[in-house]
Amino acid sequence: MNYWAHFSHEADVGIRGIGASPREAFEQAAVALAAIVTDPRRIRPLEEVPITCSAPDHELLLVDWLNALIYEMATRKMLFARFEVCLTGGCLKAKAWGEKVDVVRHEPAVEPKGACYTELRVKQDTTGAWIAQCVVDV
Amino acid sequence: MDLHRFDRLSETEWRVDAFDGMRVPGVIFATEELIRQMDQKVFDQLINVACLPGIVQGSYAMPDAHWGYGFPIGGVAAFDPDLGGVVSAGGVGFDISCGVRSLRTGLRAEDVQAMKTRLANVLFRRIPAGVGSTGRVHLDTYDLDAMLCGGAQWAVERGYGVKQDLERIEERGCMKGAKPMVVSDHAKNRQRDEMGTLGSGNHYLEVQSVVKVFDAEAASVLGIQEGEVVISIHCGSRGLGHQIGTDFLKDMAIAAVDSGIDLPDRELACAPIHSEIGERYLGAMRGAINCALANRQILTHLLRQAMEEVFPNAELTLIYDVSHNTCKVEEHGVDGRSMRLYVHRKGATRAFGPGHPDLPEALRTIGQPVLIGGTMGTASYILVGTKESEQHSFSSSCHGAGRQMSRHQALKNWQGRQVVDDLGKRGILVRSPSYRGVAEEAPGAYKDVSAVVEAADRAGLSRKVARLEPVITIKG
Repeated sequence: MNYWAHFSHEADVGIRGIGASPREAFEQAAVALAAIVTDPRRIRPLEEVPITCSAPDHELLLVDWLNALIYEMATRKMLFARFEVCLTGGCLKAKAWGEKVDVVRHEPAVEPKGACYTELRVKQDTTGAWIAQCVVDV
Repeated sequence: MDLHRFDRLSETEWRVDAFDGMRVPGVIFATEELIRQMDQKVFDQLINVACLPGIVQGSYAMPDAHWGYGFPIGGVAAFDPDLGGVVSAGGVGFDISCGVRSLRTGLRAEDVQAMKTRLANVLFRRIPAGVGSTGRVHLDTYDLDAMLCGGAQWAVERGYGVKQDLERIEERGCMKGAKPMVVSDHAKNRQRDEMGTLGSGNHYLEVQSVVKVFDAEAASVLGIQEGEVVISIHCGSRGLGHQIGTDFLKDMAIAAVDSGIDLPDRELACAPIHSEIGERYLGAMRGAINCALANRQILTHLLRQAMEEVFPNAELTLIYDVSHNTCKVEEHGVDGRSMRLYVHRKGATRAFGPGHPDLPEALRTIGQPVLIGGTMGTASYILVGTKESEQHSFSSSCHGAGRQMSRHQALKNWQGRQVVDDLGKRGILVRSPSYRGVAEEAPGAYKDVSAVVEAADRAGLSRKVARLEPVITIKG
């Protein structure tokens, strides 16, 4: 039921998380973010990093969540592949697990610059699954 | 793109008159072939920008325009603060002041051919590139703030380059009006270890051969000849610029609602120029411009050190340094009067024509160099600005080839190893830490840069001077 995908955007990358609930969709969107850089299966969950953010609605919160991850990736020189998200109203508390970038093992393709509001959606589809998506500038 | 709304004014100018909330017309500069290839989103975004308060004369798109966020990439728009004009973080982009600089080497192509593999390996070793790379210059808070205020001038004062470099950089290497205090700690933290790094994606350092000169007089002024080697660097403001984009995109989206600005699209997050947040953004953005200029200056220093290892007698002289993603205050003539406007160029290059007072004296006869990066398998171009582009597009031209397919599709079409091998067979050496990254940047993923440049030339936006072809490409 829970999975991630990339969707087409000419210059940048569309990321999409699909889950049974908004928080699971957020977790999968984070995996999709990681997959911009490398195959998430190559990332070992060795180190835990806590993340907290808040926003007036779920769509802005998705962008904040992804940008918080991008910040941690950039400043810690880490990649993350496992996530545990808790959503309470407009607040997000999460744990992200990952490891330092290893250029040989991860072969990182490109670095995400920031998540933006293009194609930004957090909504339920007709099957009842939750979709969390946006475009990430790379 | 559906063309039924456009009036074709010339071979390369397409105009849609204002309708439904647009304050000015939309204009795309492109050949028919190029405009038909453009995504319909370029039209939507062109129209949306035309609705913004205080926009003057037109909402423009360059021949390489493609779908961006808010503004199309390749979008140009100027705003009058006295008419409630706005400044838009989306109209500048995340990679603030991403740009290109090109340097003469004084070497002939055959000199480099003889040492090509060694030079490629030395450059790859010495130029920090790719995800997770760390620069050799680490800044504390004091130095960071000084760099944000001083740009390339700051870098030269610290021994990264020579004073003569500054003459050949927009703003003489230092954007005035930067305010480090409005740059977030997050942005500064992202930059501490990234000075003098190339980045990744479409960023590169490329050794190029001048294969064709179109304008002998301009080439002579720039000091380039057929058969000579030039080296170009394409990168921007790194983590600092990206974070400033992130910070202000959110702040402006919220502030736009508070200001009563009716945004046709949330991505067009903007604020009145003379608002607290507008002025904060301008202060931060100018700091990011300086960061990009300093970054390219430090990379030039590293390049010169690398070249010394292989060609100890080569002297690298800066031809020019252009920036793509900026908002700059400029004087422009509109309906016969001079106006001070805030000109947004997102994925577009400033292209001042001959005689412009902001150009260094040595270049005033020919106009500002416009450096257009292509792909590692095709070509790049040097052009110069024209007088006509002042009337057409607030002295703006294109910035590159523009992608024609997503990274996702490129990965389906190409294997990175195969791309490297194929280019190697053509004599082009590619060095990158990631084959996947190379596949995503495969030449076929981009539009035909020659067609884009030709359109810019025919539209009068800038004039062709020389064509450069890749010999060595370092990618992140």
